[in-house]
Amino acid sequence: MAKIILAAIEQREGKLKRNAFEVMSTAKRLADELGLQPIAICIGNNIDGLGEAATTYGITKVIHYRSSELENYSPSAYTDIISAYGKEIEAEYLIFSNTSLGRDLAPRTAVRLSAGCLIDCIYLRNTNGEVIALRPVFAGKAIMEAKINGEVKVFTIRPNVFKTETAGDKVKADVEIREIGNPNLGTKVIAVKKSEGKLDVAEADIIVSGGRGLKGPENFKLIEELAEVLGGAVGASRAVVDAGWRNHGEQVGQTGKTVSPKLYIACGISGAIQHLAGMSTSRYIVAINKDKDAPIFNIADYGIAGDLFEIIPALTEEIRKIK
Amino acid sequence: MKIAVCVSNVPDTATKIKIGADGKSIESAGVTYIINPYDEYAIEEALKTKEKTGGEVVVISLGADASKETIRKALAMGADQGVLLKKDGCYDSFSVAQALAEEIKAQNCELVFMGKQSVDYDNCITGQLTAEILGYNCISVVVNFKLEGNKITAEREIEGGREVVETELPAIITTQKGLNEPRYASLKGIMASKKKVIEEKPAKDMSDLTEIIRLTIPSAKQPGRIIGTDASAVSELVRLLREEAKVI
Ligand SMILES: Cc1cc2nc3c(=O)[nH]c(=O)nc-3n(C[C@H](O)[C@H](O)[C@H](O)COP(=O)(O)OP(=O)(O)OC[C@H]3O[C@@H](n4cnc5c(N)ncnc54)[C@H](O)[C@@H]3O)c2cc1C
Ligand SMILES: Nc1ncnc2c1ncn2[C@@H]1O[C@H](COP(=O)(O)O)[C@@H](O)[C@H]1O
Repeated sequence: MAKIILAAIEQREGKLKRNAFEVMSTAKRLADELGLQPIAICIGNNIDGLGEAATTYGITKVIHYRSSELENYSPSAYTDIISAYGKEIEAEYLIFSNTSLGRDLAPRTAVRLSAGCLIDCIYLRNTNGEVIALRPVFAGKAIMEAKINGEVKVFTIRPNVFKTETAGDKVKADVEIREIGNPNLGTKVIAVKKSEGKLDVAEADIIVSGGRGLKGPENFKLIEELAEVLGGAVGASRAVVDAGWRNHGEQVGQTGKTVSPKLYIACGISGAIQHLAGMSTSRYIVAINKDKDAPIFNIADYGIAGDLFEIIPALTEEIRKIK
Repeated sequence: MKIAVCVSNVPDTATKIKIGADGKSIESAGVTYIINPYDEYAIEEALKTKEKTGGEVVVISLGADASKETIRKALAMGADQGVLLKKDGCYDSFSVAQALAEEIKAQNCELVFMGKQSVDYDNCITGQLTAEILGYNCISVVVNFKLEGNKITAEREIEGGREVVETELPAIITTQKGLNEPRYASLKGIMASKKKVIEEKPAKDMSDLTEIIRLTIPSAKQPGRIIGTDASAVSELVRLLREEAKVI
């Protein structure tokens, strides 16, 4: 068996996503620990800075499957391409990001390669030559420690949790471009409907979220203003999405998005388990809630147990002063 | 057309869980089991589709005897037939998918609905795995679904918006909240479901590709620091975020 770890990296509109760097960096780290060669694969049309990114993160080779028809995701074509390449190079490990695309693509690829698949890992470590994964289960109430038996192993890693480290030994990555003439478009994305221009919670470094404690949709102005001074995104609990105050795209939690920003500010959110499932791996959590016994305080780093209508405007003002 | 819905029986997310004596599974005593919430959208969409195109809906679940309750619930909502593939304590999605695939093939179903995620092991992959095993098309995390003849147009949730996806039957669709409003079982439905037979058979034994080493309860985070109870705490909070956490 060839000793290769394949980093499957993602582009949108020709730009590499930040999680692509996390995937490459994780592949490189495991490659060093396990004595493997790290290779990256990216599918798309024109992709900016692929070779430079690979070089930065210590990937020795990057393969770009190019087609103007594959700028958007196509589950059938992407699965065909990655699994064929995985077979060709006899990849032993494949790493994807646990994004909407990665979570869709990784299991399909795993079937084609007769591989086991572990999803949404928050930690991968090498123990005596085996990769052990940690992943939250039961809405984060338990952590599963697991491994994959079998020759080929597929993992997806939770975005924003794995560190990116630039490689010490900068060797220029070899970039190979393969044109794809006739992709299998049996299932294909024909359009992408973007939620208008706003920063998405899944991609933000700072999130300010509001819950039922805001009392009404008009009061989300407070959340929006705080998010704006911090350069962050607006998030919401399911209660306020169900009530029609906010769009589902902003929902954080099991039914919404899983986020790991560096700062998560929960305002008027009680901290139900399904909400925590989506944000408990955030680096720093701040809770503002008038009920000092609200479960959100159990996972918050800092809290203010008071009235959000008084605290949020003061916080916005204070941050505006220092910016 | 025969439509399949796959449903799983899961601990209510609100119940406390304890790790069992083997260290690898959860203690089932004292846990309330419910139908996986995302599977209710799958059942609803299957029933709606059947109402338009005609045909039958078969509910398939792999699990222990307790899963019969979950199948019964789907029958009460209006599904026609139930199949229980009996197997205890199965966590490996690949094994589950292989057994489901076999039954879907035996039942000759061209359209299959599953939930996007089971709220036990939160894998989010059984639909995609099963589709790939069967050679079916698959669209995951669907919030809008349309079937015209053989052609499917669906919308799936992605970061920052939705993708509009096209494919054809045979296909597996995994469902997300927002797709529909699951109906309640009517009294008539509940009565009728009692007469419907649930076929039971052992799930074929498959070799698992993943192995749980152990389950642990995450150590409770150090309880956060409550800095204050009113706006006078704000300047201290900002200082901590800048100087200690260094996040702003
Ligand atoms: C299958 C399933 C999936 C789910 N998925 C999700 C999910 O993805 N995301 C999610 O969020 N939920 C989800 N839920 C719902 C979840 O269980 C809770 O119902 C929800 O998170 C509660 O939202 P909330 O915190 O805004 O409201 P509440 O629980 O009502 O909390 C409101 C909080 O505001 C505080 N408050 C009130 N007034 C003030 C004030 N003036 N100042 C400060 N604080 C104030 C209160 O003390 C309270 O703690 C799911 C549930 C199920 C069953
Ligand atoms: N044991 C099972 N029996 C039937 N369907 C299942 C089972 N496990 C998972 N599924 C289906 O697959 C979906 C996704 O589950 P999972 O991949 O485990 O998160 C669920 O919503 C169900 O529709």
